[in-house]
Amino acid sequence: MRGMNNAVVVEGLVKRFGENTALGGVDLTVSEGTVLGLLGPNGAGKTTVVRILSTLLRPDAGRAEVNGLDVVTQAGQVRATIGLTGQYAAVDEYLTGRENLEMVGRLYRLSAKESRTRAGELLERFDLVDAAGRPAKTYSGGMRRRLDIAASLIARPRVLFLDEPTTGLDPRSRLGMWEFIADLVHDGTTILLTTQYLEEADRLADRMVVIDKGRVIARGTADELKAQVGGERLELTVRTAEQLAAVSEALRPLAHGELQADPQTRRLSVPVTGGTDTLAEALRRLSGVRAEILDIGLRRPDLDDVFLTLTGHSAEDAQPAADPAEHDTVSAGAPR
Amino acid sequence: MTTLAETVSDSIVITRRNLIKVKRVPDLIVAATLSPIMFVVLFRYVFGGAINLPDGITYAEFLLPGIFAQTVIFGSTITGASLADDMQKGLIDRFRSLPMSRSAVLIGRTVADLGLNAFSIMVMALTGLVVGWRINSSIAGAIGGFLILLVFAYAISWLMALVGLLVRTPEVVNNASFIVIFPLTFIANTFVPLESFPTALRRFAEWNPVSTVTQASRELFGNIPASAPEPAAWSLQNPVLYTLLWAAAILAVFIPLSVRAYLRSTR
Repeated sequence: MRGMNNAVVVEGLVKRFGENTALGGVDLTVSEGTVLGLLGPNGAGKTTVVRILSTLLRPDAGRAEVNGLDVVTQAGQVRATIGLTGQYAAVDEYLTGRENLEMVGRLYRLSAKESRTRAGELLERFDLVDAAGRPAKTYSGGMRRRLDIAASLIARPRVLFLDEPTTGLDPRSRLGMWEFIADLVHDGTTILLTTQYLEEADRLADRMVVIDKGRVIARGTADELKAQVGGERLELTVRTAEQLAAVSEALRPLAHGELQADPQTRRLSVPVTGGTDTLAEALRRLSGVRAEILDIGLRRPDLDDVFLTLTGHSAEDAQPAADPAEHDTVSAGAPR
Repeated sequence: MTTLAETVSDSIVITRRNLIKVKRVPDLIVAATLSPIMFVVLFRYVFGGAINLPDGITYAEFLLPGIFAQTVIFGSTITGASLADDMQKGLIDRFRSLPMSRSAVLIGRTVADLGLNAFSIMVMALTGLVVGWRINSSIAGAIGGFLILLVFAYAISWLMALVGLLVRTPEVVNNASFIVIFPLTFIANTFVPLESFPTALRRFAEWNPVSTVTQASRELFGNIPASAPEPAAWSLQNPVLYTLLWAAAILAVFIPLSVRAYLRSTR
């Protein structure tokens, strides 16, 4: 073991499916009580990592430990200490919310009484008390996800794997889910979270590992990753494309690099340093220019920029199958 | 390692879960009730007059064990379709990530389907009594007759479990099993006496376990007249033994194969 306080240790993990190498040697660790965001486009290998860590798949090479237990040789003990929420809400549609939780509790070997108590607590915590007696078939996508996460928490796992917990949810449910996840972290659960949404990782994860085509291409905190792609930009939009020339002329002395003017969107992007002082200076210079500024602001790089810089394509481009509507249909189990 | 007690307890949890679904989806109960009634009534009155039987037996008495056999075998295909459905919905993944017994999902599934089959037989037996079927043996014989049907159906459930875990699409499981099972239940002594079959088909039918499970339950219910000629094939002379051998062989092969497929299943 590498450090006593690593809840998850992965070294040189390789997984092949026939000719296709899903994982080409992945290393990562998750410290106890922290959240690791595993980022990458569809097909990058995120789910394969989660499936190996949750003992559903055996690796072809490399080693993985969860809570100090080997996922291959001590798989049974690993299962007793983890919770898994897969990409699709794995709840029984015909059982009620409460029955689902009690069933999973029993299968985690809790007593009938303890299963009942825990189910009650979790229904309350995940805002499902009113729906507790209804079959899960009648639940919305967001409620199913919540029930699914509640089920994976019933035995108080020390490590929780969340595989794309908000894929297919509407924006409001997504915000709600973020709050639930933040609460779990607050209570000390170690979480490995996969996501395609950079905003989600930025919001929830302490550290991130970015993988693409089965390999780690970057790791660090959100700030460290952002630093890799450079500093802030001043961006503004003018009324007509003709006004871009005059505005560019006025701001050129502030630029630390190439200005980018896009006549189509009538936007100008200027790499700058100095934060709000620079913004004030820019406004002062623009006051003498005959141009109508519709919008102006400083923009810090976000993880989309990180992804674009690291892989040469944006996270969205690389995920043709990530149509939220499609995920919604699948998770709702509609086509039978 | 899970102990036997843990396997039993987990299997009970899963069986309960599967039976709750039966309770909540009335379609299942309606299908398990109506189609057997329909078959009994249709065959009894549509074919009843056209089929020649030896003296001393009515078509209702000949027919019912055959209908029992066909219905419970089709009933067992539910096992495959349900497992495929659980796999599609990610439930098998969830179960496999839990510290539960490795065989409990399959045991719970097959036992719940056995329960549904027992219910179907009960409905058919009652319908049969209305249209003229009778048990002419003893209480022990009656129990034996129902048991052998259920034992054979239970074995088929494990075969279907493997199919479901490998095929993974409920609709495909249903279609594929229909293509195989429909002829198997017809190239048999289920609905007509074997004497009317062409020779090649008759050879097949004599050794077809669907024939022998039918023959076994006819014997046990007392639905074979004393005047009936002794069948030529060993399988039909010893239908109970031959059927139990089949059931044991199917279980011995398909329990390990199905458990292995379950442990390796990836969605």
